[in-house]
Amino acid sequence: MIAFAIDSLPLTVPPTASGRDGGRRRRRPAVLPGFATSAAITSIVVLSLIVFPLAVLVLRAASLGPGGFLAAAWTPRARAAYAVSLGASLIAAVLSSVLGLVVAWVLARIRFPGRRLLDALVDIPLALPTAVAGLVYSSLYVPKGWLGQWLVPLGIKGAYSYLGIVLVLVFVSLPFAIRVVQPVIESLDRDTEEAARILGASRLQTFLRVVLPGILPAFVTGFALSLARALGEYGSVVFISGNMPFKTEIAPVLIVSRLEEFAYAEATTVAVLLLAMSLTLLIVVNTLQQRLARNAQ
Amino acid sequence: MASRITTSDASRPIAALLVTAAVAIVGLLIVVPLVAVFAEAFAPGVAAWWRALTGDPDTRHAIWLSLTVAPVAVAINTVFGVAAAWLVARFRFPGRSLLISFFDVPFSVSPVVAGLAIVLIFGRQGLLGPTLAWLDWKVIFAWPGLVLATTFVTLPLVVRELIPVMEAIGPDEEMAAVSLGANGWQVFWRVTLPNIRWALLHGIVLANARAMGEFGAVYVVSGHIAGATDTMPLRVEKLFQEYRQPASMAVASVLAGLALVTLVVKFVIEHRLAAEARDLERARSADGTTHDATLEAA
Repeated sequence: MIAFAIDSLPLTVPPTASGRDGGRRRRRPAVLPGFATSAAITSIVVLSLIVFPLAVLVLRAASLGPGGFLAAAWTPRARAAYAVSLGASLIAAVLSSVLGLVVAWVLARIRFPGRRLLDALVDIPLALPTAVAGLVYSSLYVPKGWLGQWLVPLGIKGAYSYLGIVLVLVFVSLPFAIRVVQPVIESLDRDTEEAARILGASRLQTFLRVVLPGILPAFVTGFALSLARALGEYGSVVFISGNMPFKTEIAPVLIVSRLEEFAYAEATTVAVLLLAMSLTLLIVVNTLQQRLARNAQ
Repeated sequence: MASRITTSDASRPIAALLVTAAVAIVGLLIVVPLVAVFAEAFAPGVAAWWRALTGDPDTRHAIWLSLTVAPVAVAINTVFGVAAAWLVARFRFPGRSLLISFFDVPFSVSPVVAGLAIVLIFGRQGLLGPTLAWLDWKVIFAWPGLVLATTFVTLPLVVRELIPVMEAIGPDEEMAAVSLGANGWQVFWRVTLPNIRWALLHGIVLANARAMGEFGAVYVVSGHIAGATDTMPLRVEKLFQEYRQPASMAVASVLAGLALVTLVVKFVIEHRLAAEARDLERARSADGTTHDATLEAA
């Protein structure tokens, strides 16, 4: 028992004959208990809740064959829905990341009264149910709403329109864009900026040549996260878009309406395409974040 | 962190402009809608608001259903989150980074796609449909389906909170406990849990907020049967579709109030977490050898 106890402190005991790397790698699992239990719980949940359902979805779509898949996934209405989904999500992600950069910069660099309150308010879209966001946005932008009464006479229709979709997508994705960039701005080395200024660079030059390269990976990550969030969003959009096929119907809304018609093939194939886009974005985000972590070191 | 810079004189107009822009962005996109929820919900008066919430049996049932679905999903999440974080933060094994990226999948998959996948398994036409019909179990359009969908969308929240905290704390204390003869449960209850309690609570609070508010995934699996499978967010939508805007806003205001409470609790917990991280840092710098050893092991 004592021998085991001493052996179980690999960090203070010199490596044994088993070889330095292998020894340390293999010793940790042997020391702490609970590997089998935690591995069992984790794999049961991951397999049954994530891998199995998504595999069933993909297999179901694959069982249609290439021709059947295309026929179900590439109808004119579905193509219009992809265009609305992609277009509105791209616009929203660009807006979110640019507006988010401004907010993140202000929160990270400028001290002013109310800064902590502003910082706390940024998290609201993460906590507010999307159905509530959709409901209140549509009520704000209808012709009689708080904002609509001023905007609709100007020809700006925020409710039951493409613009409405973009608005709620910006709302749901804004915190992602801000929270990824903010810590990176905080960690930027101010000395380099000051050096650039002293050496005669203008404010704009300093920003473009010194600051921007430093925050670019985080900015792109924020953009990709916002895009991923926007592409999958359903709850808020369904309230404000009007859901008109060919005009304001996004892909997730199309999936639901096909499902309600028991058109499983259409629903499944559209879902698989949406899933493929999400997973691609997830891989992009993960790669970017690894690069970000490496840069930080 | 030392960059508490007061902007130079020349940049003051720019700073003022930027602050104004940031306040306008957050104000218009976040604060105005939030204020509008409460303003519109209470516009008909507090009595009408209360009647809208409690007078309608379907709304009452929706509140009750949300209160029974969310805790179960959160409980599953907690067990999974602790187990998965322990596995990933304390052991190195092949496939570990693949597993970690799987934890993120529910964040990036559309909730509607997740709901559809659950329907394809448990629905009447689904993979297990005939078996379930034979057993006379209802999953889709019933409580178990709601729990499954909610659990799926909230799955990353607890584990993602715990992994960085457990990595930062390191295994030293747990290994010391083991070497002193503690068994697995003792190590967990007496060493690990006290160390991760704020992070765990943080994850639970976030998971609960998401669970109470989930719409897309639950919408697909629920069949939205009033008085049976409508949760609070689904009730908001149904009242909205029935042109009962004031009642819809009343339910929405409860959800928004819950979101605000969540944020306050989150704010408090984050302060505790930051304080503990500082303590950890101080302990580390006081004991240089431990610090180095942990870094090396990481």
